[in-house]
Amino acid sequence: MEKRFISVEGISRRFEAPGGGSTTVFEDVWFRIAKGEFVCMIGHSGCGKTTVLNILAGLDLPDQGTAIVDGKAIEGPSLDRAVIFQSHALLPWRTVLGNVAYAVSSRWRGWGKAKIDAHATRFIEKVGLKGADAKRPAQLSGGMKQRVGIARALSIEPKILLMDEPFSALDALTRGTLQDEVRRICLETGQTVFMITHDVDEAIYLADKIILMTNGPEAMVAEIVENPLPKERDRNQIHRHPSFYAIRNHLIDFLITRSKTFKDEIPADYDRRQPPVVRPQAHPPPVPPTEAGRKAA
Amino acid sequence: MWSRSIGVKAGIVSIAILLVLGLAWHLAVAGRSPTQTMDPEYAKLMGQTATQGKSAMPGPIDVLATIWKHVNAPFYDRGPNDKGIGIQLAYSIGRVAIGYLAAIVVALPLGFLIGMSPLMNRALDPFIQVMKPVSPLAWMPLALYTIKDASLSSIFVIFICSVWPMLINTAFGVMSVRKEWINVARTLEVDTLRRAFTVILPAAAPTIVTGMRISIGIAWLVIVAAEMLVGGTGIGYFVWNEWNNLSITNVITSILVIGLVGMLLDQALAYLGRAVSFPE
Repeated sequence: MEKRFISVEGISRRFEAPGGGSTTVFEDVWFRIAKGEFVCMIGHSGCGKTTVLNILAGLDLPDQGTAIVDGKAIEGPSLDRAVIFQSHALLPWRTVLGNVAYAVSSRWRGWGKAKIDAHATRFIEKVGLKGADAKRPAQLSGGMKQRVGIARALSIEPKILLMDEPFSALDALTRGTLQDEVRRICLETGQTVFMITHDVDEAIYLADKIILMTNGPEAMVAEIVENPLPKERDRNQIHRHPSFYAIRNHLIDFLITRSKTFKDEIPADYDRRQPPVVRPQAHPPPVPPTEAGRKAA
Repeated sequence: MWSRSIGVKAGIVSIAILLVLGLAWHLAVAGRSPTQTMDPEYAKLMGQTATQGKSAMPGPIDVLATIWKHVNAPFYDRGPNDKGIGIQLAYSIGRVAIGYLAAIVVALPLGFLIGMSPLMNRALDPFIQVMKPVSPLAWMPLALYTIKDASLSSIFVIFICSVWPMLINTAFGVMSVRKEWINVARTLEVDTLRRAFTVILPAAAPTIVTGMRISIGIAWLVIVAAEMLVGGTGIGYFVWNEWNNLSITNVITSILVIGLVGMLLDQALAYLGRAVSFPE
């Protein structure tokens, strides 16, 4: 397995501030993603999560540093990296089939219409929208629109799937169902995924690794959390796993306090190029009282 | 009985208003003013207003009779000063069509350029801002002087008045295409030309057609004035010629016909607008 399928090396991004000068959104960010890994990035609004994703998508360029995918520096958007947008970004004048077929025909320019439609239909069925081909986005619910967005991204069979808070605009029930399906499809195909979220439970359920960003401006990667839960997880059972609350509390503690304070108390051995990797575990079961303890009592 | 749709009710009210206005018009012009006795030779020169006390304004019945006459023979041609109203309308519509189509050919690509390039937007903005408020008829002398053809000059005037709303709306429509739709095309590695046709054109189409609808309205307003100036043929010339003939019935008929054609042109563009709009 290629250890650094995606390698983000020292990227920074600045925006011109109103009234002269510039604001650094994030500074000198390094992380790696291996092939087949599902990585989530968590941080508060304004830490530049979406900008990092846009740089990986090739829609934005870093002011410093590079992002390398499969040995090549990213210079622009590519069909190898599909994006699922937060706002689904469907073309409203096209049908469901038309939206997915647009992506398919862009991927395989030489294909005939019948082949394109057959391929697109297969992916529409995969996300559970069989029979909705002829509908327009305006006729669909929020969850169905995002399913079309997912079908469109998967239909071009990308090497990497980039998701920008794809479920944040959905109600809790729909969000759960879609998370299940995305997880199933990604596991089946061994898809490499980079996803932005601010939902801790979503990250725990989906991710293998969770990148924690400190608050912006001048955000940085505080640490990389390895998910201690087994790869096979059941949404209804994970909260019973002994390590579930260990990781959940760790993430929530980070979001509530450490995302703010991290910058002021950077550990002495902190290296931006190798952010610390932590693996929150359940505390070992309580040890039976020792002889010494019993005597004292 | 009272639960009829609002459309039927509105229709009934419209007809009632038409009848009331028609009756008021009829009564207003029906009265006779006192007449003087005069020499029969002199009376022949003076017309019915002086000899019979008849109103100078024609009544609705006279106008209806004139309309009926035109409907029965819209395309006769008895020399430069006596052509059927259908022929005159055809001249006007033809000029508007040519000038308008030329404006589309120029305004749409230029609008795309302005909308897609912030540089060209800034560079061309002063020209558009200065040229847009100029009355199209102000161009007429210059057009006559350079083109040296009355009919072509009025086509040019139609072109110049149609081009601005289309240009501005196209540029605005192209500029305000949602960034996420552009990003979709970019992540799919769609090249600029294909992007223009598959994303920007459909997304901007409702705004562009709105501009085209404004343009056709202005073009139809301007053609009447332009033809009054240059003369020869066309519905504008017809109106002015009938004024010189003191045929008020024909002038009123023309007003109704111009309104009707203008409405049809506007409705055609409204239909096109509905065809390219999309719900979000």
